[in-house]
Amino acid sequence: MRYLPLTDADRSAMLAEIGAASIDDLFVDVPKDARFGGSFDLSDHMAEFEVEQTMSAMAAKNLTTAGAPSFLGAGAYRHHVPATVDHLIQRGEFLTSYTPYQPEISQGTLQALFEFQTMVALITGMDVANASMYDGATACAEAVLMARRITRRNRAVISGSVHPHYSAVTETQAKYVDIAIDIREPDLTGDEDLTGLIDGDTACVVVQNPGVFGHVRDLTPLAEACHAAGALLIVVVTETVSLGAIRSPGEMGADIVVAEGQSLGNPQGFGGPYVGLFAAREKYVRQMPGRLAGETVDADGKRGWVLTLSTREQHIRREKATSNICTNSGLCALAFTIHLSLLGEDGFRDLAMLNHARASQLADRLAEVPGVEVLPDAFFNEFALRLPGDAAAAVEAMAARNILAGVPASRLYGAGSGLDDILLVAASELTGQAEMDALVSGLPEVLA
Amino acid sequence: MTHSSDLSRARPAANAGIERETVLGHRGLQLEEPLLFEIDNPGASGVDLPEAGDYTDHLGGTARKGAIGLPSVSEPEVVRHFTRLSQKNYAIDMGTYPLGSCTMKHNPRLNEKMARLPGFAAVHPLQPVSTVQGALELIDSVAHWLKELTGMPAVAMSPAAGAHGELCGVMAIRAALDDREGGPTTRRRILVPDSAHGTNPATAAVCGFAVDAIPSDERGRVDVAAFADKLDDDVAGIMITNPNTCGLFEPDMVEIAKLIHDAGGYFYCDGANFNAIVGKVRPGDLGIDCMHINLHKTFSTPHGGGGPGAGPVVLSDALAPFAPVPWVVHGDDGFALVEHVGEAGDARPFGRLKGFHGQMGMFIRAYAYMLSHGRDGLRQVAEDAVLNANYVMHSLSDVMTPAFDGPCMHECLFDDRFLKDTGVTTLDFAKAMLDEGYHPMTMYFPLVVHGAMLIEPTETESKRGLDEFVAVMRALVARAKNGDAEAFLAAPTTTPRRRLDETAAARSPVLRWTPETETAEAAE
Repeated sequence: MRYLPLTDADRSAMLAEIGAASIDDLFVDVPKDARFGGSFDLSDHMAEFEVEQTMSAMAAKNLTTAGAPSFLGAGAYRHHVPATVDHLIQRGEFLTSYTPYQPEISQGTLQALFEFQTMVALITGMDVANASMYDGATACAEAVLMARRITRRNRAVISGSVHPHYSAVTETQAKYVDIAIDIREPDLTGDEDLTGLIDGDTACVVVQNPGVFGHVRDLTPLAEACHAAGALLIVVVTETVSLGAIRSPGEMGADIVVAEGQSLGNPQGFGGPYVGLFAAREKYVRQMPGRLAGETVDADGKRGWVLTLSTREQHIRREKATSNICTNSGLCALAFTIHLSLLGEDGFRDLAMLNHARASQLADRLAEVPGVEVLPDAFFNEFALRLPGDAAAAVEAMAARNILAGVPASRLYGAGSGLDDILLVAASELTGQAEMDALVSGLPEVLA
Repeated sequence: MTHSSDLSRARPAANAGIERETVLGHRGLQLEEPLLFEIDNPGASGVDLPEAGDYTDHLGGTARKGAIGLPSVSEPEVVRHFTRLSQKNYAIDMGTYPLGSCTMKHNPRLNEKMARLPGFAAVHPLQPVSTVQGALELIDSVAHWLKELTGMPAVAMSPAAGAHGELCGVMAIRAALDDREGGPTTRRRILVPDSAHGTNPATAAVCGFAVDAIPSDERGRVDVAAFADKLDDDVAGIMITNPNTCGLFEPDMVEIAKLIHDAGGYFYCDGANFNAIVGKVRPGDLGIDCMHINLHKTFSTPHGGGGPGAGPVVLSDALAPFAPVPWVVHGDDGFALVEHVGEAGDARPFGRLKGFHGQMGMFIRAYAYMLSHGRDGLRQVAEDAVLNANYVMHSLSDVMTPAFDGPCMHECLFDDRFLKDTGVTTLDFAKAMLDEGYHPMTMYFPLVVHGAMLIEPTETESKRGLDEFVAVMRALVARAKNGDAEAFLAAPTTTPRRRLDETAAARSPVLRWTPETETAEAAE
């Protein structure tokens, strides 16, 4: 077997050295009746090319967003990832290392995490950021639990602008903790007013910008209302590229910002692994979940990095930890960092504006389609459409033409949500005029 | 595996001043590298983008104003920057990584290649299911392997890592109890052995349970009598790692299962160490109710410097109805997805744990690994992992002090008695290993052993590699016993950085780069 260095001769020699008659002698603690003597309903080992053939056949059954015009977003976006990113993250020193608990031989990962934390803090407009969470949705849940710890209040209001997966994950994770989660109705119009719901029991308000239906808002008034009542404002961003075009959540008054970082450096990959971004005001840093890389010096006085403030974490604090998270999304965070390094200040902003330009061009053309209404006036690279018919059926019909037209709201909210005619459509730098033509001309045909 | 962070003991250099400084601080192939922010060259960029063309602005007055502060560098500078950083890392690709409880085994590059097939990588999670039948087939196939190998009837695929899997399992337990009692359960306690990973008690707490520690017995196993004494109608369940964190199989699993079930609780098994028994023992045969499987351990998906992982949870018939959404089903038109609690039919999912469908990229890598090994190869994996660990333990037992008698499973545990009166601690010993070109073993864990050293070679180490490792360890032991403590206290001396001051890092945390002008302003 190509991954196993021991030969039968090695095994015999080693067993003899140990003084064991057979390998079974080493499994002596396993009760006899617990040893599996049957046959698994699984295949035997394969040659490398056989594995490739088997899995390539599986992959070939999927319609890819590389092979079809695609307008899907809703929390996962199609962007171009520079070749350099994938090359660098596959360097064995990054790919095959563990969590940097031995800082003397992990400075590469630690410095990259420190750069990641700095970049996340910069683009979100916050003071500090952690070394990543599993994804945007779990980061959102952790932010609500953190707000509860900070405010010692037990109610969280989740705006109808928040992606339903994020609300659901938050509701689930808060289920057995003493905090009531108030999830508001889907905010199709973008003019939801939550200020009346904020009171002395409110730990936080969670709002997404751009919202799940695409609306971009100035959150400053909401932040002020939260702060007046002693509540925290948590801002969710599912499309990180938007931060290059829109005023940052920090500038608008957010206390905690959580985001999905997939858009930079990471493929859509059918939903994961992604990378949750988590940033906050500095005064809350000791209540943050997850790992933090920090600067220090070594015995020679040279600058270096370590994992720090570990007394928040499960391996030290056990049941009193701020979170149970251990493994996070290290390599995805590295991909994010490399992609953003390549973009740089101008590139990030230009990429964002290119996304906005493509979405604006597309929205303005779709608005001309009879019966189709573009819901948000202000948006970034994604917007909801109201169709004169069932969105899921339209998407299915378009898929039959090899066009991935978008995400029906019913897919996100479930059947019976009353959103059957709503379709979420996203564009990106990859959305060319030919793709737009395909959607603009195809939609009226399948709706007819 | 994790370590206490405040253990570093920075010492003055034994050879300070002997080594000549170079102009830039480089030492041969070991190149110093500033922060990206310190090589910022405004106007440079590592990307080229086309012009946007004409469009109408729809940002509604929310446009960003002013600079963000990101560094600007060209592509070659980015490549060089991250290449230099990479060379400051130790990695499995470079050598033995005997980090106990972490299963740092070889990561086949075939797995990476498969994950990058456009048919998997360039697929959106919310495409119509008719267009992603291959992706759903893959998830279903991995689920089948996991159920088959564990002898369990169901699996929740969405948890993102081991700790997330624990959350899934304990929430399923909580949901099942609530369901049985027709309201919030009155059971308040989860029993957790004192040798457990820190994630176990942390998880129980997040699920609203109090943690009640069970002592280990003198054999390093769960003290069954002490456990039985704690059982009453306040106990929701027990979380046991098997093989446990001392590297030992828990021989009383079946009895523990019977006792906890008779008491009305559920049995969570932490599957972090499944690598030792895969293909040899089906945990389902031991009577457990749920177990997470770290795909980044047993099934070789890369650790990536701290993730991403994947932690699917296999479930018994008792817990399966409460599994979180989503899951794959076999429908009339092929595979389909159940994505909403309200569409779960007779099931009563406790909710959703993650956006979309789980760590697909990790499923692909794990599946490539499963197919490569097959059922025959996986059994050999477990046997070789156990053989390698026992070979190392046997080869070091006369100079180091094994914590417990008898053969171990996939990892061997030593305590620090052999360092008594040498002036060398477990940490010092580990730091000396760095200079010898090894990543140290897990230290100071499990907590039940003084100065613990937990060595997990994994099955992907050769006999020659193990012999070298043993020779180095024996030489270090001899050096410590010969009274050369100073060399240990000064170690490491050849690494990119010497011991780092973790206390200072935590006392006044610097968690991000800040421009010098800003720092100066803040100081005023």
